[in-house]
Amino acid sequence: MISDDYLKYPRRRYGMDHDRYEWSMLHARAKVAWPNGARIALWVTPALQWFPLDQQGKPFKPLGSLQTAYPDLRHYTLRDYGNRVGIYRIMKALDRHGIKASVPVNAAVAARHPSLVRECAARGWEIVGHGLDMDHLHYEGMAEEETLIAKSLEILRKFSPVRGWLSPAKSESKATLDLLAKEGIDYVCDWVNDDMPYPMKAGGKTLYSMPHSADVDDATILIGMHHDEDELRDQLIDHFDVLYEESATQGGRIMPIPLHSWVIGQPYRIGTLETVLAHIMRHKGVWPATGAEILDAWKAGGGA
Amino acid sequence: MKRDPGLYDYLPYQGRPKIEWPGGAQVAFWVAPNIEFYELEPPKNPTRVAWPRPAPDVHGYSYRDYGNRAGFWRMMEAMERCGVRGSVSLNVAVCDHHPEIIKACVERGWEFYSHGTYNTRYMFNMSEDQERALIQDSIDTIKQHTGQRLDGWLGPALSYTENTLDLVAEMGLTYICDLFHDDQPGPVKVRKGRLTSIPYSLEMNDAISFVVNWATPRHYGDIIRRQFDRLYAEGAESGTVMCIPLHPYLIGQPYRIKAFEEALAYITGHDKVWLATGREIARHFTENYYDAFAKASLAVGEAP
Repeated sequence: MISDDYLKYPRRRYGMDHDRYEWSMLHARAKVAWPNGARIALWVTPALQWFPLDQQGKPFKPLGSLQTAYPDLRHYTLRDYGNRVGIYRIMKALDRHGIKASVPVNAAVAARHPSLVRECAARGWEIVGHGLDMDHLHYEGMAEEETLIAKSLEILRKFSPVRGWLSPAKSESKATLDLLAKEGIDYVCDWVNDDMPYPMKAGGKTLYSMPHSADVDDATILIGMHHDEDELRDQLIDHFDVLYEESATQGGRIMPIPLHSWVIGQPYRIGTLETVLAHIMRHKGVWPATGAEILDAWKAGGGA
Repeated sequence: MKRDPGLYDYLPYQGRPKIEWPGGAQVAFWVAPNIEFYELEPPKNPTRVAWPRPAPDVHGYSYRDYGNRAGFWRMMEAMERCGVRGSVSLNVAVCDHHPEIIKACVERGWEFYSHGTYNTRYMFNMSEDQERALIQDSIDTIKQHTGQRLDGWLGPALSYTENTLDLVAEMGLTYICDLFHDDQPGPVKVRKGRLTSIPYSLEMNDAISFVVNWATPRHYGDIIRRQFDRLYAEGAESGTVMCIPLHPYLIGQPYRIKAFEEALAYITGHDKVWLATGREIARHFTENYYDAFAKASLAVGEAP
């Protein structure tokens, strides 16, 4: 028998069932004006991740995790490929268009390969916090989350200022946002409920959610859904085309391209990214920018 | 358990020493058919279940057996028409079960390297002595049935212990196909001896493409061409390696073989391609570039 409490609805009210952010409809908001009359802010985020060989997978195994019995050299090295080879192909593809990425970096990658993060920073890429590694997810009841966040940011901030955060596998505890705000983080990329930034309440401060899609993501489409590279191309282009069209009447939009260097950085896949970027960049009014630049412009351009 | 296998240092895929393949080739291209034997009733392994269905798994077993009865011969002829020698990733028990296949490979000048004894005998949990016995079996069986010295290794069903690669090097083998971190060969850090990793590519592996990624036969042909085009272009800077690992039970199906053969012919139709075997690629790298690559590599920092 189920308890009668099951039929009580204490948070049944207008708007959200929590106080983290306000209910707000995309179409009903003021138009946002990007710098120089741009229509689309292009935001490319190739993640640098490390899946440790002794991965425990708590409280779940994110996409791309190790799979076989220990030692799973197969998946360990396939993921490590991204930090060693794949990311350098992405750099070339972005350099061709003068696009600066926002690069979510597991702090462990920065500790293991400081030259790689220096290379990203030297390109003017924005360094975004991405937790410690792919085996340190954030979850309710985890130990020492505050220390984990502080340690991760301390490592990354030796390379550059860090204003943005993407939790590994977009995982959060109830406290994550509050702790991030306390550490001076301005925006977070974990929530996938909007196409534009919006404010969140975080421990007495305001944090902004940035629209880092989990849908038009190379790993989601190619690995998760088993669609092929031509589908990835079509879906990214279709996503852009709709946003571009909307921007004619609804104000500036953001085109996110979330990537994984171990996925899109493969020789047979990098051309897909090049094709998509060529399509996007041939349009008038495309502004390639980092997450922090987009957030600042959104605030200045009537979003906040 | 180790967090990092500690098998290689960091060498970013830019500004590397220039590899020059024989004849001015930009890509060293090799095809690695996995000639395998899966036992109908393998002994139980504490770590991995051999068949998804209860014994006898008639479907799983007979699907693999198709490769040896039918698929191999179709695949061999397609390769022969394109002038490509195979580097056989051999479960050495095939020498006893199906000597006709071994003979056909020997007659065509194909190389044999070891993929363990059976694809249903995993190296997980083995003692060093057990591993040594298994490796020695491969050395002896390949010598006896093919006259060849055993130079290369690919763990049976990609199974390992922490010691496997150390032991393989100690016992005189010179290259491994077990690491998927790169598109060029590289030094492997082992206890004793000198071991080279050569790219075997799971991404181009027919089993990964068809069984894991659900690629169609024509799409498989497309991504082979794309992989080649990229590695061919990049090889002008420093020679790359492209491998196509095959499984006769998959690629040897009538509905798949044509699209594959067309892709193979596309590759062999280029002039700056070195059609090589695993041993030849490893030897050329080890003799000419191993030291330069080791010297250019950066130590991996400690992850917190």
